[in-house]
Amino acid sequence: MPFELFVALRYLREGRTQTLLILAGIGVGVGVIVFLSALIGGLQQSLVTRTLGTQAQIVVQPREEVPRMLHEDDGVIREARVERPAQRVRSITQWQRARAEIDRQPGVVATSPMVSGAAIAVRGGGANAVVVQGIEPESYLRIVPLDSFIVDGGLELDGRKAIIGVGLAHDLGLSVGDRVRLRLGTSGDTRSVRAGEPARERASTEATSAAYTVSGIFDVGNADLNERWVFTSLRVAQALFGLEGGASTIEVKVAEIYEAETMAREIGARTGLVAESWMATNEQLLTGLRSQSASSVMIQVFVILAVALGISSVLAVSVVQKSREIGILRATGTSTRQVLRIFLAQGAILGLIGSAVGIGLGIALGLGFQGVATNPDGSPSFPVTLDSALYLRSAAIAVGVGIAAALIPARRAARMDPADAMRSI
Amino acid sequence: MTARSDAAPSTNGDQPLLLLEGVTKVYGGRVKTHALRGIDLRLDAGEFIALTGPSGSGKSTLLNMIGLLDRPTAGRMRFQGRDVAELDEASTTATRARGIGFVFQFHHLLPAFTALENVMMPLLAERGRADDEMRQRASNLLEEVGLADRATYPATDLSGGQQQRVAVARALVMHPPLVLADEPTGNLDSESGNQVFRLLRSINERHGTAFVIVTHDERLAMRCDRVVHVVDGRVDSDTIPPA
Repeated sequence: MPFELFVALRYLREGRTQTLLILAGIGVGVGVIVFLSALIGGLQQSLVTRTLGTQAQIVVQPREEVPRMLHEDDGVIREARVERPAQRVRSITQWQRARAEIDRQPGVVATSPMVSGAAIAVRGGGANAVVVQGIEPESYLRIVPLDSFIVDGGLELDGRKAIIGVGLAHDLGLSVGDRVRLRLGTSGDTRSVRAGEPARERASTEATSAAYTVSGIFDVGNADLNERWVFTSLRVAQALFGLEGGASTIEVKVAEIYEAETMAREIGARTGLVAESWMATNEQLLTGLRSQSASSVMIQVFVILAVALGISSVLAVSVVQKSREIGILRATGTSTRQVLRIFLAQGAILGLIGSAVGIGLGIALGLGFQGVATNPDGSPSFPVTLDSALYLRSAAIAVGVGIAAALIPARRAARMDPADAMRSI
Repeated sequence: MTARSDAAPSTNGDQPLLLLEGVTKVYGGRVKTHALRGIDLRLDAGEFIALTGPSGSGKSTLLNMIGLLDRPTAGRMRFQGRDVAELDEASTTATRARGIGFVFQFHHLLPAFTALENVMMPLLAERGRADDEMRQRASNLLEEVGLADRATYPATDLSGGQQQRVAVARALVMHPPLVLADEPTGNLDSESGNQVFRLLRSINERHGTAFVIVTHDERLAMRCDRVVHVVDGRVDSDTIPPA
């Protein structure tokens, strides 16, 4: 064992009561940091997971239709005030190429095409406004774990099958195997019909008011979504909205969720499409999360400050108490640097052992808290995220603070004049 | 008692172990305190000298100078032929560690360590970590001072005389050519004091280690080879006591 560590450990052992008290102080401090971080991290993760559990992190869609000004032949504006057109379900032009481009973007984990639009679900005398989402199940499941929300039936979307939320099922009295009619608006097809395509128009009109078999019922934990969402296959939705072969949005999942906004901007720039991240669509949530993080950091800073002052004061007292011994050490060949390192090592040891105590305490508090407050389904009301990165970070902070806090007393000890120390003997 | 001649024979040719020329030490800012006023002193290898004087005469300051624990305000100091008055901090520490052993009046062992660890401490500081040779050397020294069976005892569990003997062993562990002892028997009963003095004497005779012993005890001083009497920061007399 190195000389400085050997002496430092003995000094800490010698002042046992002092050492135990400061270790308890550091332990409580680190415990609070671990517990707070785990609790706030857990809450944030839970909020984000709940939010992102049912939506893509980036949604790419065509640019909005804007009114065009009417020009005379010579370029003079004839009519400047043009009524803004209603937005309709439109396909992304060459969406396959855009999707391939997005897939090439570093950090993109998965993409999935979707056709999404408003419709009315009708059964008997009941009718509900819904959002029909046509998906490719295999790629969509990599973005939203829809299968995990199924509470009845299964995720079968082949042919004219649909899965609906528990709210819609309740409102329309639907069960798995029942049929529900979906139509686009009350006056029929609202899609644009290209001139000169009567056969296509007829087929499409038929498709816009077809009956679908309920193959599954889901519960995403959100009453509004449970009442409004209806999932069909991409092909069925394409037919429903008259977008054969098209996709109105491309859903994107990224590796680092907090990079979504930056990535959305890059995707927008590369594809020329509108890319909206979850951070833009959930700005209030994000502000809340940031405020929560800031308050957590503030608390941690003050706790760290208290721990640092505790270590520093204990070591300062120790230097005074041990001035004679420091004099003897110096007289018997110990260098000033070695004396400095002896006291820095004490700070580091206090930080290390204190952090181990604190991490244990933080884990116990976290698990205890998680066990006490539970939801009716048994899941914790306050989810706690305990991970090794948090422990390592806490230990590194405690050791760093221990060394930094020991610096002033250590320098004082090292600068002690051996002759003065001898005179005090 | 006869006055010592400056031409006293050296055991190492003509080069003294320690040579002080005009060493002066002044403390204080506005109000100056002259602790040492131009001390000239020569110490040869293997000498066994007593440093005496009344309280406040400057003998402890002189001991600090010789032990490189303090720096003179003026004058020259040579140790083993090397000018040591102006050495930097690291060189001073190294010279002190290898060249000078200390025995203090209140023995001053480190209470957190065992007798063996206290003896090993100077070696540990120099080498950085313990090894078998170090332990063996410290054990041999504890045996030499008659405390082999107390090696693992905490320093605080030893009697005053035993602690002082451990301190002697510690002072010798680096095989220094010079040991400085500040009132080594001052805090002991007469029997323990005698024991410690005899130990120092026997080490001097067997190993040729030079000793400078600060003492108020005139009888003890008379048992040394030479007595340097300091008064008011000056060497008042430098004599060889009658055999």
